[in-house]
Amino acid sequence: MNPRTKTEVRRTLRAFVVELLIYAVLVTAYFFAVLHFLGGWLVRLETEHIRTYAIVAILLIIGQAVVLEAITTGLLRFLRGGRSE
Amino acid sequence: MFFPISHAHVSPIYLVIVGFLIGVLGGFFGVGGSFIAGPALRLVGIEWNFAVGTDLAHIVGKSIVAAKRHRALGNVDLRLGLIMAIGTIAGAEGGAQLIEVFKRAGNVNVVVSVVSIVIYVGISTFMMWESWKTLARAKRSAGPKKSAVRASKADESAFQHVTKAIQGWRVPPMITLQESGVTISLWISLLVAFIGGLCSGFLGGGAGYIRMPSMVYVLGIPTHLAVGTDLFEIIISASYGTFTHAIKGNVDILIALVMNTGAAVGAQLGAISTQYFAGPKIRLAFVPLPLIGAAIVIYTMFSGHKL
Repeated sequence: MNPRTKTEVRRTLRAFVVELLIYAVLVTAYFFAVLHFLGGWLVRLETEHIRTYAIVAILLIIGQAVVLEAITTGLLRFLRGGRSE
Repeated sequence: MFFPISHAHVSPIYLVIVGFLIGVLGGFFGVGGSFIAGPALRLVGIEWNFAVGTDLAHIVGKSIVAAKRHRALGNVDLRLGLIMAIGTIAGAEGGAQLIEVFKRAGNVNVVVSVVSIVIYVGISTFMMWESWKTLARAKRSAGPKKSAVRASKADESAFQHVTKAIQGWRVPPMITLQESGVTISLWISLLVAFIGGLCSGFLGGGAGYIRMPSMVYVLGIPTHLAVGTDLFEIIISASYGTFTHAIKGNVDILIALVMNTGAAVGAQLGAISTQYFAGPKIRLAFVPLPLIGAAIVIYTMFSGHKL
């Protein structure tokens, strides 16, 4: 690995650690807020309307993935001064 | 934390860490990582059926994050991914039927265990030989140094003569995959996907351990593109798997959502890291993964504990 790449990797890792810290705070808040409120509704759905639950489950995981991808990319871009890769 | 759907008490931190590790592997190698996620969920007392279904749901989320990142890096061939998804779903159904046949014969556990060990060890041995040989050849013929990213995208294989011969079978319809720079018979692409799906349905998991190498060695797709395209394909096939498992009551979506928060970061890290490694190095680093799968199968065979 040449020195330029090494510096780049070091910069990415530093940004990544900061991202991880900010992200940890967001995720903790997410656990206590969103999952707490969704839990009861999802359990009812799973026992009473299993097909709807299956569709909601896929939509939830896709929705969360899209949002998390946007958050992590945004954080990384912000921390690296406008560049995400 | 109590998860009421699967009636399990699991630490969310544990789930986030497992998700993160699988995310890194998925982003870097283009695999679903079910050979680690399944046992990791079983380890904390989650029922086997929930471990399998929930793992699939989490794979969907993780693959979306990693595939989006790979797409931004130009590593996803959407056309190939869609074709592969069709073959994979058909193969997965075939694999599930095969399981039923061996179930009726009463020897499903032995057959699945032996077949999976042979496949895992076979893939690892072959990839170690090939990537080692490719790297040694590249070292011998090393010219002036290329830039890091250009060198990382360069992809050679000691198995290229066989790949070229396969590409030479011009069974119509032929498809041109512009992003991968390959023209190949549609039937060969579907066959590769079908075999991957068959392994997925028969041996469990997403079978990225067989599909990613097949894309490189059989279809001639550059390694970086094979990783990204495999992830895109996994989104479709794992969504299908999640739905079928969810209607059977095998998915605890709350666990999958928690795992996905860790996987989102891990998948980004894994995907970004591929920029700094050339194709043969990624393939060489891939070698231990199927061996871990084989070790888990051997452990369950001899200990009787189903991880």
